[in-house]
Amino acid sequence: MKETRFDIKGDIAWCPGCGNFLLLQLLKESLDELDVDPTNVVISSGIGQAAKMPQYVNTSFFNGLHGRGLPVATAISLTNPELLVIAEGGDGDMYGEGGNHFLHTVRRNPNIVHLVHNNMVYGLTKGQASPTSPRGFKTPLQTEGVILEPLNPLALAITLGAGFVARTFVGNRELTKDVVKQAIAHKGYALVDIFDPCVSFNKVNTFAWYKEHSYVLGDDWDSSNKIQSLTKSMENDPFPLGVLYKNPEEQPSLAEMHPAYQEEDTPLFKRKRSVKDLTALMA
Amino acid sequence: MERQSYSIVLSGEAGQGLQTIESLFIALLQKSGYHAFIAKELMSRVRGGNNTSEIRIASKRVQAFVDRIDLLIVLSKDGLDRLLDRIDENTLIIGEEDYIKSRKTDARLYPVNVKEQMEEIGSQLYTNTFFVGVLSTLFSCDENIARTLLSEQFSRKGESIVENNSKAFDFGKKAAEESNYHFSVKRDDSVKKMKAIKGFETIGIGALSGGCNFVASYPMSPATSVLVYLASHERSHSVLVEQAEDEIAAINMAIGAWYAGARAMVTTSGGGFALMTEGISLSGITETPVVVHLAQRPGPGTGLPTRTEQGDLNLALYAGHGDFPRVILAPGTWEDGVLLSHEAFEIADAYQVPVFILTDQYYLDGEGIMEKVDLSKLERTNHVVKSNASYKRYKITDSGISERAIPGQGKGFVCVDSDEHTEEGRITENAAVRQAMMDKRMRKLSAYKDIDPKIIGPKNYTTLVVGWGSPYGAIKEAVANLDDKGVAFGFFPQVYPLPSRTKEILEKAKHLILVENNASAQFGQLIRRDLGITFDTTILQYNGSPFSVEQLVARIGEVLA
Ligand SMILES: Cc1ncc(C[n+]2csc(CCOP(=O)(O)OP(=O)(O)O)c2C)c(N)n1
Ligand code: SF4
Ligand SMILES: [Mg+2]
Repeated sequence: MKETRFDIKGDIAWCPGCGNFLLLQLLKESLDELDVDPTNVVISSGIGQAAKMPQYVNTSFFNGLHGRGLPVATAISLTNPELLVIAEGGDGDMYGEGGNHFLHTVRRNPNIVHLVHNNMVYGLTKGQASPTSPRGFKTPLQTEGVILEPLNPLALAITLGAGFVARTFVGNRELTKDVVKQAIAHKGYALVDIFDPCVSFNKVNTFAWYKEHSYVLGDDWDSSNKIQSLTKSMENDPFPLGVLYKNPEEQPSLAEMHPAYQEEDTPLFKRKRSVKDLTALMA
Repeated sequence: MERQSYSIVLSGEAGQGLQTIESLFIALLQKSGYHAFIAKELMSRVRGGNNTSEIRIASKRVQAFVDRIDLLIVLSKDGLDRLLDRIDENTLIIGEEDYIKSRKTDARLYPVNVKEQMEEIGSQLYTNTFFVGVLSTLFSCDENIARTLLSEQFSRKGESIVENNSKAFDFGKKAAEESNYHFSVKRDDSVKKMKAIKGFETIGIGALSGGCNFVASYPMSPATSVLVYLASHERSHSVLVEQAEDEIAAINMAIGAWYAGARAMVTTSGGGFALMTEGISLSGITETPVVVHLAQRPGPGTGLPTRTEQGDLNLALYAGHGDFPRVILAPGTWEDGVLLSHEAFEIADAYQVPVFILTDQYYLDGEGIMEKVDLSKLERTNHVVKSNASYKRYKITDSGISERAIPGQGKGFVCVDSDEHTEEGRITENAAVRQAMMDKRMRKLSAYKDIDPKIIGPKNYTTLVVGWGSPYGAIKEAVANLDDKGVAFGFFPQVYPLPSRTKEILEKAKHLILVENNASAQFGQLIRRDLGITFDTTILQYNGSPFSVEQLVARIGEVLA
């Protein structure tokens, strides 16, 4: 395994064979290869197996509440736009408990990278259905199988105005690193939904299943046509992998649009209120 | 006749634009050297219904609602209906003839044909200015100041609008002059150096003074006014205001912003705050400071959205699962509003705990006149450190407080975890570490310096009337009116933790009276829980209205008799 500046020693709480191990390595390699300064990175995550990721990466992190990685990430990025902010978590965390934040974070377009480990199950809580579980998926809770329509995060993100929408599979190392790197380079909100098998609680959507039910978009794929990308994002067997949509025109990020950043671009946390401004409040 | 104070009530419909005129009038009173206070009672609707505002004009400081109506201005046909039991033969009622005679009262009536006169000017919209003319003249306010304020208020809308307002003012002035009525209140020149202020502004100013530069919230009455106030200072004072998708996002944003180095606040009401409670617990375990402005209104559920109550002390006190320290402050005066809001940020930063500012509809929507605070003299300490390579966010210390660094500022990593964690901020289930971390967090306030209760009245009291928050003004005035040498008022700007002097202050009295604007005496419960002291008399009100001075005089007086 390649060493990176983001390695940290210690016990890892995941099950042997879990897809998260692959993703951990790929994320660290991607950051390392991009020459990112580890002290300039913050990973904001919620709770779940996926959300434990920052515990195993040598960076700053805010491992907060289940479902709440996005609002924390948004605020960090608004307070200090110079940081590389990654919001990371599972499909339950980001699309279920944090679903409302997902919708509105896309609309806000903060300059953050959104990595969602999509194993189509709740891993940490031992195998209940997640918003992306397929119909018919049986669990101890959905005893006769899931009866809800699975959520389509890619189509949702595209319709909500996301400028970068991608999907990858941890079994494809090169693609995953390439997509993650592109997401980091993208200015504004970037979604990467990552097929990432849970070997303990999802016996349906296994490594082999993901491999069999997905394909990588070819070099000739035009990711700049929103409607075409939306159509593509609705394909589900097989699932297309790669950058489905990238807005060819760079959009202003949330911080760039905020009135508080119009008069000066000094990061918020560095600013000092003058005596004159204070006295004006009591005039 | 010269009196200590008069109470004027304006009674009209929602959407008649009373607010702008009230603010203008209170500025006029202040510049003319009168003390004044406005209490607003609003219905939860945007148009129609019946809204009333009570304006008190006084020779001394005043910040309290009274039942008595000396002068009633009726602006709509149903304007009398809900006020009948506050009207007597001493009340003077002014307004359109059919409005003021719509109900039989013992009051003196002075009809004015406003509609007709406003038609002459071209719009009924000038009615409010007409009544500024009436009031300004009846109370001998400085006419030049009135005209300047009016033209300042309306200059944006063009010269003809300014002129029309001036005409409306003249009509009002003439009506007052022809009435033979006149009200005389002693002036206090020191008021001219003070500031006319709205309740919500005191919280906004205090927050900005305390370094608040990030606000995330979801609109909810009566908390929204603070959000709007801060939004109007986004550029001038570099404060980033984000309307969150829900209160859960709001509190998590505020905590994220503190983590990255901002001083952040949320402003919300009970229902919204209930959604934030997991976030409060997050602040507790991650030791990320946060300031919560909790603007109370009557619950449970949606309750009475536009009325007032002090029913959320227990919510603030117990919000969040698990044990962790917190501080709860509640302003009574306008000055408190500014100073405590400022202080909330200092405390949150110094002790890395959630700090609450508890207000309510009555306080926030009220207007009054405050002593100016020299904000440049207030203490501001930045507790954020630069990290070195071996930085540990949760280093165990004697004080319980670990130096707080922010990400990207220094060679270290700032690792913050909502799971129980090691000194480095990494997840652990080690029992010894857990216990050490709990102990560390629980001792964080050991060096905290209380904001002391204030004793108003005789130092050698035998009866102490205890209160917190917005009833301050009414309790103070009621106790003063009772004029009993044995009775003092004990006011608690810091509600939790109970200041260390509380026991001594309470035990000094033979008789303890508690006044709270809620149904279960929540502050009384807290005092009993922490000190084992019970109140001899508990005066409560939970009908959505603030206490009036008369009610408190009667209810406290009954106990003293
Ligand atoms: C408010 C709250 N509700 C529920 C939980 C319990 N919980 C923790 S993780 C989780 C779901 C995890 O699923 P997912 O986000 O897909 O992550 P995975 O473990 O599959 O990586 C749940 C329900 C919690 N911690 N907090
Ligand atoms: S339960 Fe599933 S997701 Fe969690 S660590 Fe084990 S394999 Fe991975
Ligand atoms: Mg999952």
